[in-house]
Amino acid sequence: MDLSALDPVALIASLIVAATPLVLAGIGELVVEKSGVLNLGVEGMMIVGAIAGFAAAVGTGNPFLGLVTAAAAGMLLALVFGLLTQFLLANQVATGLALTMVGLGLAALIGQPYAGIKPPGSPRLDIPHVSDLPVVGPLLFSHDAMVYVALALVIATWLFLGRSRAGLVLRAVGENHDAAHSLGYPVVRIRLYAIAFGGACAGLGGAYLSLIRVPQWTEGMTAGAGWIALALVVFASWKPWRVLFGALLFGGITTLQLNTQALNINPAIPAGALLLAAGLIWLVASLSASRAAGSPLVMLLTGAVVLAFGLIYPRMQIGSAWLSMAPYLVTILVLVLISSDRTRAALSAPHSLGRLFHPSS
Amino acid sequence: MWRLEPRSEPSLRMQVLTPVLAVVLTLILGAILFAALGKNPVAAMRIIFVDPLLDSYARTELLVKGSPLVLIAVGLAVGFRAGVWNIGAEGQFIMGAVAASAVALALYDQPAVWLLPAMGVAGAAAGFLWAMIPAWLKIRFSANEILVSLMLVYVAQQFLIAMVSGPLRDPQGFNFPLSRTFHDSAVLPIVIEGTRVHVGVFITLFVAGLAFFMMRNHVVGFRIRLMGDAPRAARFAGVRPGAIVVTCMGLSGALAGLAGMFEAAGPAQQLAPSLPIGYGFTAIIVAFLGRLDPVGILLAGLVMALTYVGGETAQYSLGIPAAANETFRGMLLFALLSVNILVHYRLVPARRRTAR
Repeated sequence: MDLSALDPVALIASLIVAATPLVLAGIGELVVEKSGVLNLGVEGMMIVGAIAGFAAAVGTGNPFLGLVTAAAAGMLLALVFGLLTQFLLANQVATGLALTMVGLGLAALIGQPYAGIKPPGSPRLDIPHVSDLPVVGPLLFSHDAMVYVALALVIATWLFLGRSRAGLVLRAVGENHDAAHSLGYPVVRIRLYAIAFGGACAGLGGAYLSLIRVPQWTEGMTAGAGWIALALVVFASWKPWRVLFGALLFGGITTLQLNTQALNINPAIPAGALLLAAGLIWLVASLSASRAAGSPLVMLLTGAVVLAFGLIYPRMQIGSAWLSMAPYLVTILVLVLISSDRTRAALSAPHSLGRLFHPSS
Repeated sequence: MWRLEPRSEPSLRMQVLTPVLAVVLTLILGAILFAALGKNPVAAMRIIFVDPLLDSYARTELLVKGSPLVLIAVGLAVGFRAGVWNIGAEGQFIMGAVAASAVALALYDQPAVWLLPAMGVAGAAAGFLWAMIPAWLKIRFSANEILVSLMLVYVAQQFLIAMVSGPLRDPQGFNFPLSRTFHDSAVLPIVIEGTRVHVGVFITLFVAGLAFFMMRNHVVGFRIRLMGDAPRAARFAGVRPGAIVVTCMGLSGALAGLAGMFEAAGPAQQLAPSLPIGYGFTAIIVAFLGRLDPVGILLAGLVMALTYVGGETAQYSLGIPAAANETFRGMLLFALLSVNILVHYRLVPARRRTAR
């Protein structure tokens, strides 16, 4: 096992890059769901954002214009969803799925001439001297601009939802649209704003993939990232900071998966270590909140067993297809763990989530 | 201006009319899409929607492509009626195809009459079990079945790749990720000479008929509909929500798995990473286009099969990319969902207000 190839600073940097699209799409969907709308079309908006941003950046040579175009494209698609669900009272689950299907098809259609092209590079933060500091410099001060934008967006959303009057109204609409309507708040208009914001964020997240992370256009390149972002919102119990935390966790898993392949080590080692660490954090959190510690203990023990197995057979290999399942399996695992705490899930989900609203009923 | 006024009860006429209206709307939208691509929209529409109906071989191909769509959609529709959202039919389809292929390849040297039934059972069982994962997680941990079943599609896709590049790979295939071609006894018999119409098409018809009677005349169908329309009332009537989830997910999973077996043992005759082409997702559209009714789904499946058969012709004769057909199908669902409002609401001029 050659661990010298592992540079912890580079690992964390790639983790942040892997997490950023999920933060962007997740925070957008969080606002949408807080307003009581379930938009399952994140994947479709992301991939359209990815190709629209890519095409605009290649066409103009300006990555910034690419990002703006991506946000606009995501927003446009989201507004189609808004039109159907808010004015034509279409089922939100079905409309979200339709959005994903149309998005995937449209993106493949637009993207055909763009395969194999390199997009223009994006600027990175570079503060003289500060960015050159050892460890701290590459960790905090030398990412691409979108990483900081994503972070700012999380802070802004947290402030907006928790500390502003408009945010309170948005949450009221999401908790009980009939009551909000009786108080004279324009339920449909507020929801449309939220839907448009969610679309713009998803578009940006997609463009981050095609312009910065990969950077290239390949058909179906989001590969379920939009769905993972949806799961992230549930995982985060509809709280902005936890979206950030969850995205970093998923970024970590993707990074580990790629590095396990590169390093030829038994995937049980990183998987076990991850389970162990997550179980430990969860256990501490449960104990400090004096909740039942059964499930975290199970996770902790599973992690220990898996890690022990990995350390006994450090050289065991499995095919790359098996490793590629990891992010999806972890998403399911996380969803199950979060949902199993029924009272908490029921308390944190916006009460009107996914329900139809018509002033006459 | 116009405004929407709720109807006292859903309009029967509109329930029949809206799918037709949606198809017409999609044709218009599609023509605009093709024109935007620089293709002749009239020619494209004729090739996709008219030519397959005129050619006798293409007509039989409609049955071949429509059969998996209908089979999956019938199962999904039952779940959608109950408010159980199985979005992962594509994954269950893949697992069914893999399991059936595994049986066919394991018994390659022992051709027997019971081989095909065994493959069918394996395919349906694999789809059933794959669907039981989200069902169980929903019942036991109340995890969202939409997200879990969808994540399992990606897992199944990777599983298929792992299988065809590992245990199920053709030993004489120069390391290509493909299985060997099935033995003749593991290939579904052709029903119409000179075409690809296999026994599975008729089994699909039979299943759709069974589903029709189950939903209409059997107590299980009644409970499923009750669960979807009035969950609280259903609970008071003694309907166990968990049992409904298991029934709906299990049925749709098994049918999707069976469709996967038909696809592997019918047109494909081998297991390849290119086997799943999105039937599991398109079937969702078919289910809605057929208004979640087995008979409607039969018709909807044929309409959707046109976009596959005609779409393929349009691909090589007009150079319309496959992605355009995909977009087209998505737009159909959009159109359908937007006109659906006419079932429950009527458009009235905004001025006309009744006196209080």
